[in-house]
Amino acid sequence: MNLEEYKGVYVFAQQVDNEISSIAFELLGKAKDLAKDLNTDVTAVLIGSGVKGLADQLAEYGADKVIVVDDPELKDYRTEPYAHALASVINKYKPEIMLVGATAIGRDLGPRVSARVATGLTADCTVLEIGDFPLQAVPGQEQLHNQLLMTRPAFGGNTIATIACPYNRPQMATVRAGVMQKITPIKGAKANVEEFNPGFTPDNKYVEILDIVKAVTNTVDIMDAKILVSGGRGVGSPENFKILEDLAEVLGGTVSCSRAVVDSGWKPKDLQVGQTGKTVRPNVYFAIGISGAIQHVAGMEESDIIIAINKDADAPIFDVADYGVVGDLNKIVPKLTEALKAEIAAAK
Amino acid sequence: MKIVVCVKQVPDTAGGVKFNPDGTLDRGAMLTIMNPDDKAGLEAALRLKDQYGAEVTVVTMGLPKAEEVLREAMAMGADKGVLVTDRVLGGADTWATSTTLAGAIRNLEYDLIITGRQAIDGDTAQVGPQISEHLNIPVISYAQDIKIEGDSVVVERQYEDRYHVVKAKMPCLITALSELNEPRYMTPGGIFDAYKQEITVWGRADLKDVDDSNLGLKGSPTKIAKASDKVRKGAGEKVSLDPDESVSYIVDKLKVKHVI
Repeated sequence: MNLEEYKGVYVFAQQVDNEISSIAFELLGKAKDLAKDLNTDVTAVLIGSGVKGLADQLAEYGADKVIVVDDPELKDYRTEPYAHALASVINKYKPEIMLVGATAIGRDLGPRVSARVATGLTADCTVLEIGDFPLQAVPGQEQLHNQLLMTRPAFGGNTIATIACPYNRPQMATVRAGVMQKITPIKGAKANVEEFNPGFTPDNKYVEILDIVKAVTNTVDIMDAKILVSGGRGVGSPENFKILEDLAEVLGGTVSCSRAVVDSGWKPKDLQVGQTGKTVRPNVYFAIGISGAIQHVAGMEESDIIIAINKDADAPIFDVADYGVVGDLNKIVPKLTEALKAEIAAAK
Repeated sequence: MKIVVCVKQVPDTAGGVKFNPDGTLDRGAMLTIMNPDDKAGLEAALRLKDQYGAEVTVVTMGLPKAEEVLREAMAMGADKGVLVTDRVLGGADTWATSTTLAGAIRNLEYDLIITGRQAIDGDTAQVGPQISEHLNIPVISYAQDIKIEGDSVVVERQYEDRYHVVKAKMPCLITALSELNEPRYMTPGGIFDAYKQEITVWGRADLKDVDDSNLGLKGSPTKIAKASDKVRKGAGEKVSLDPDESVSYIVDKLKVKHVI
């Protein structure tokens, strides 16, 4: 592998139902920073069926070039045709960096493609930067410059590792949604659009989609909420979430929950905060009846203010809470809602 | 039908975990368990065995101590256990791990391979799909339901806002979510039997069609530049007051922080 041949920062521009996913714009924002440090440009790889018209949007969010792989086989996401498309783009265009969203699509596509092109893949990165490997010069080992340094949490967020992929290309990373910043779109920006079709021949790896069942969409995404009122198993029942909903309503917030609540079938998965749910960073996070397993904490510890209410004084949630209240949520939460109503009415 | 299930022994991060005063994890207090998503994958295999009849072989890669999870799997109802262990395999990233497991699985007959979606120590979700690529078979990740129809599997594949009902011809690899099911307990008879059975132990020499340059720390494309325990910001205030005082306390804090 001649590493020098590999140039440019590439982003997999995920689309679903021919609508570009927010993560694609976030990745373009980060790709622009990396490309600046490397003195190179940003390419978006757009894969789907009838998607060419989406290229301008990618340009507005920072893509200098868009490679479009458009084929009827690519209508809905399936691992094989998408992996074939992306791996073929990598083999032909030789990017030095390939970024993929750590979504339900990207976490399937990324590993399959990385294995096919025989390179490393670092999952769920939270920081990407250009630097040296090894970080400090070591006698007897060549220090490589302009490497992608990928930082990620592991162990439920309790350890942080910085990883490089010094001897293989492309350097591949998946990045969680909501971590990188989009740029302010540049209206009217145009990218250099190039179409590429590697040919698709269905074989045993092309699975058949028999049905697509969309979940009832919850209108508010908890990742966008400024105030989250989050409940755990301690809330006691699905009905009792009413007192959390009332509190959220007074503050203009949204209800979210812990994994235990989803596992019990009380709330849908898209409201779940934590390692296997969503990472949130609201201005205020109420953790109500949540013990604070580290998998949960990993998804909410970056919140500006954390307020915990729990009857167990030893609950680990108090280790991360700014303000911890030991007490019975059934007594405190309804009264808190009433008190806040009065405060807000008085302020008007 | 022959089913191979890949499992990993991981430190238990759920419940009872405490932090050191400096904000790092107190690892000394942690026990090892079978990775939860893998256990769900094993349970899914055992249910297919109950329903359709199947031979379930459990494969793990790790230190010799990882034999424990194989015994546990066999006590739950798995038929065979394979431990892949060798010094030269240590320090593997997901590429080298998947290469190793694929090299072991090539020695086995299989219609279906089931892995957990991800392990709770690394959280990468990469090894399952990478094994499928090395073996050149289809992968269906994030399975929330698995059925067999003739020579195919029909799987509900979960996405953020939907699921796809996907049909694939076997052999096929499926990655299981822990939401898939509630794993069964070991039975006393099962535990007894599990300790009577032989476990197959394979080393480097037993791996099929695998190049040395793709194994262990040396064969891992990703290299750790730096690792550290995360230092948390630490606990803030904690109060224990009656309900009315608790409410006033929270309201005051929200005012001070200009939330209201």
